[in-house]
Amino acid sequence: MTTLKMPKVDRKILKDKDQIVKDIYSFTNRKNVLFEREELKPYETDGLTAYKQTPMLVVLPETTQEVSKILSYCNRRKIKVVPRGAGTGLAGSALPLADCILLGLGKFNKILEKDYENRCVVAQPGVTNLAITHAVQDKGFYYAPDPSSQIACSIGGNVAENSGGVHSLKYGTTTNNILGIEIVLMDGTITRVGGKVFDSPGYDLLGLITGSEGLLCVITEVTVKILKKPGTVKAILLGFPTIEDGGNCVTKIISEGIIPSGMEMMDKVLLEATNNFSKAGYPLDAEGMLIVELDGTKSEVNELINKVAEIAKQNKCSSVKISKSDEERLKFWSGRKAAFPACGEMAPDYYCVDGTIPRGKLAKVLKEIRELSKKYKLPVANAFHAGDGNLHPIIMFDANDKKSLEKTEKFGADILKLCVKFGGVLSGEHGIGVEKRELMCEMFNNNDIQQQISIKNSLDPSSLLNPGKVYPILRKCAEEGRLHIHGRDKSKFSDIPRF
Amino acid sequence: MEETNQNSQTFLDFNSDILKPNNENDLQEIIKYCYKKDLPIEIVGAGTKNQIGKKLQCAKILDMSNISGILEYKPEELYITVKAGTPVKTVQDELKKNNQYLAFEPINFSELFKTDSNEGTIGGTLSCNFSGSRRFKVGSARDHILGFKGYNGKGEKIKSGGTVVKNVTGYDLSKLVTGSFGTLLVLSEITLKVLPLQTDTKTIIVSGLALEHSLGIMVSAIASSNDPSGVVFYPANFRNNFVFNDLTHPGSITAIRVEGTKTSTEQRINNLIEDLSLIDKNITVLDSIQSEIFWEDTRNLKVFSKNQKNILRAVIPASETINLISRLKTFHPTYFIDWGGSLVWLELDYLSNQKIDQIRKRVLDIGGYLTVIKSPENLKSSSEIFTIDPIKFRISQGLKKSFDPKRIFNPGKMYTGI
Repeated sequence: MTTLKMPKVDRKILKDKDQIVKDIYSFTNRKNVLFEREELKPYETDGLTAYKQTPMLVVLPETTQEVSKILSYCNRRKIKVVPRGAGTGLAGSALPLADCILLGLGKFNKILEKDYENRCVVAQPGVTNLAITHAVQDKGFYYAPDPSSQIACSIGGNVAENSGGVHSLKYGTTTNNILGIEIVLMDGTITRVGGKVFDSPGYDLLGLITGSEGLLCVITEVTVKILKKPGTVKAILLGFPTIEDGGNCVTKIISEGIIPSGMEMMDKVLLEATNNFSKAGYPLDAEGMLIVELDGTKSEVNELINKVAEIAKQNKCSSVKISKSDEERLKFWSGRKAAFPACGEMAPDYYCVDGTIPRGKLAKVLKEIRELSKKYKLPVANAFHAGDGNLHPIIMFDANDKKSLEKTEKFGADILKLCVKFGGVLSGEHGIGVEKRELMCEMFNNNDIQQQISIKNSLDPSSLLNPGKVYPILRKCAEEGRLHIHGRDKSKFSDIPRF
Repeated sequence: MEETNQNSQTFLDFNSDILKPNNENDLQEIIKYCYKKDLPIEIVGAGTKNQIGKKLQCAKILDMSNISGILEYKPEELYITVKAGTPVKTVQDELKKNNQYLAFEPINFSELFKTDSNEGTIGGTLSCNFSGSRRFKVGSARDHILGFKGYNGKGEKIKSGGTVVKNVTGYDLSKLVTGSFGTLLVLSEITLKVLPLQTDTKTIIVSGLALEHSLGIMVSAIASSNDPSGVVFYPANFRNNFVFNDLTHPGSITAIRVEGTKTSTEQRINNLIEDLSLIDKNITVLDSIQSEIFWEDTRNLKVFSKNQKNILRAVIPASETINLISRLKTFHPTYFIDWGGSLVWLELDYLSNQKIDQIRKRVLDIGGYLTVIKSPENLKSSSEIFTIDPIKFRISQGLKKSFDPKRIFNPGKMYTGI
């Protein structure tokens, strides 16, 4: 694994560990403070398992007041703090530092209020994304952003990473679906941003904090918008003889004024892999396949899905299959959702890249990825949230071969540079964390980065909250790693869908 | 489409009170000059919302109207990039050619403030973040900005975001600058998400409902799967001085808008009539053209067009609307309710600092916030226009300093000291 430069370890803090533990005991229950080696082990990595670091301590506070006291103390003592939700993040945003207190929000796991009149739910940050929908589905409501890890990822982590999902084009990402948060600043100040109202007076702090990857504050409560479930949901599977034809079809669907709730494309490599794995009934003669999902009233969905089929036919599609039941619709999705484990069947290791490109550039980007695949002699499968331009190439390799790992990391970096070159961005939904930190200068110049760093300084002048993440430490573009899953059985949370 | 590069030669006269850059080089020179000389600047687009916020007394006025033009429009990618001084109307006209639009319905304040009849600029619209009736469904201006370029208070060009909807690459500064009333940076380029125009619009008008009954219907309509895109209540007193289309039933107006394909809007209108038990009420269903007029009038605050007085804007949880209206009775406001109960526009004949404080307290008590939109200048200078608490003030001061260390951009426009 490529070595990663992290902020300098403060030896003095490490020496004071025993005293720090004693001090923390006065802020929270003793059982919430973990310091033995075996207790710390589970916290040494997040979903980006290629990077590991044992923290100095893990503290699992139970109340906002406790968080405030701990942060205030760390601010005074100049102790680094790394906040962590469920630890499913894929960019290493919750990677511990050797001299840090890892602040786990796992005990903040309660839904505090279900308010149907104002169509919102107030939840503690450790509540899982899916638990929110489960809490309100009996009344026909749901929470729209649905990252694939929704069974395990926490809502606080979703806010920190501005998580998306497959329905972002129509329903937006986390930032468009939350109303308020309670936060604690590094100096221990507790405040609320937003509430049960739209927008907020003054600067949009909610917008700034969402997606800030735990660098600006610790989130201790989240108020999310909930939506009424649409009356009807249907999906259509469309096979295409070339990726270009599929890409053209996506463009045409949107140009016709249709905004599907989900639109996913898979290339031939992934089609074969997933079909072997989940028997979803995908067209195996196709070079590319689209799953288009529409929701709304019954008549509207029927009208639009037929229109999509017509557009697809005009764009050379080779097969059309419309879901006849909800079971069949879910079966259409089952293959797509099994993309990771399916790739795991095909190679000892796989490596997922997350970038966003303008939809219309898909064919060109995939062509260049295929050329890179030949250059690096590594197979790649491609999943693409075609609705919102979020591309997830999955590189297959063997980590036991050191050269293969090095080549994979270079391949991944090249793909992200391609995304930027074609007008896209470095991350669609996984965040920057440590993973893409050194690639930030592909997108931003020094002014841009310094402006962002000065915002961080205004809220955390000593840079104690999650330092070493998002912004490059080195002033150059290093080619560091992307998501690396080493052996599906060995990886952490190997059973959780990832994207 | 206008030229993307204006090559006009620069003749900047820094002695002039009004500085009007012709291109980005001019703009950067002006900001650097003002930074160096510690000269505060008032940033002006078309001036349609200039009266919102505190009155500024700056050494210089920065007139952005020449930084105008569409830079890139990709209908199939659902985005448009424009220079900040581009008129909203120019953008809307261009989008309309491709059956697209800005879904957040920028509010047109020109009728209220009696400014030239135009909709202002894109830069001004984003800087103020006021959005129309579709807010609860599609979000506000801040949900439709994908990226920007601009100049901070040192004259450094910075950017954030991009042209794609899914983007977690550094802090989302697009959100932060939206609604910052020009106090953080000068926007030069803005990329906005655009959406396809809906093929059909219908509006159910229910006449003569009491407020309480109407609010029950409004909340139920939004919380249904019929997916309305506008829900508004006008009390009966507006009928005397404002004619809504050719509606004949007297009394208050409760309006619910649905948009989509024709079959869909028909089905949803029928569902709403049935679900909300409206069949025995005085209802009228407006077609697309009639609907457009109705919602355009709402968007433009036309009911206040004769107003010479004071306008306040309260954003509250919809569950508290009746409570607020009843608690404000002693102030005898005229009001109408938008966003399905979450936005109350208030018109008051007489306003004082004390009254603003009392009303603000009532709004804060129920979890909302108040903005003074229109009031006499002497009152504006002595009262708070926007709501803020001491902690958020401190955070905002820090943010202001990080963008604009010498406080040269619109100083005091939002809050004294910021």
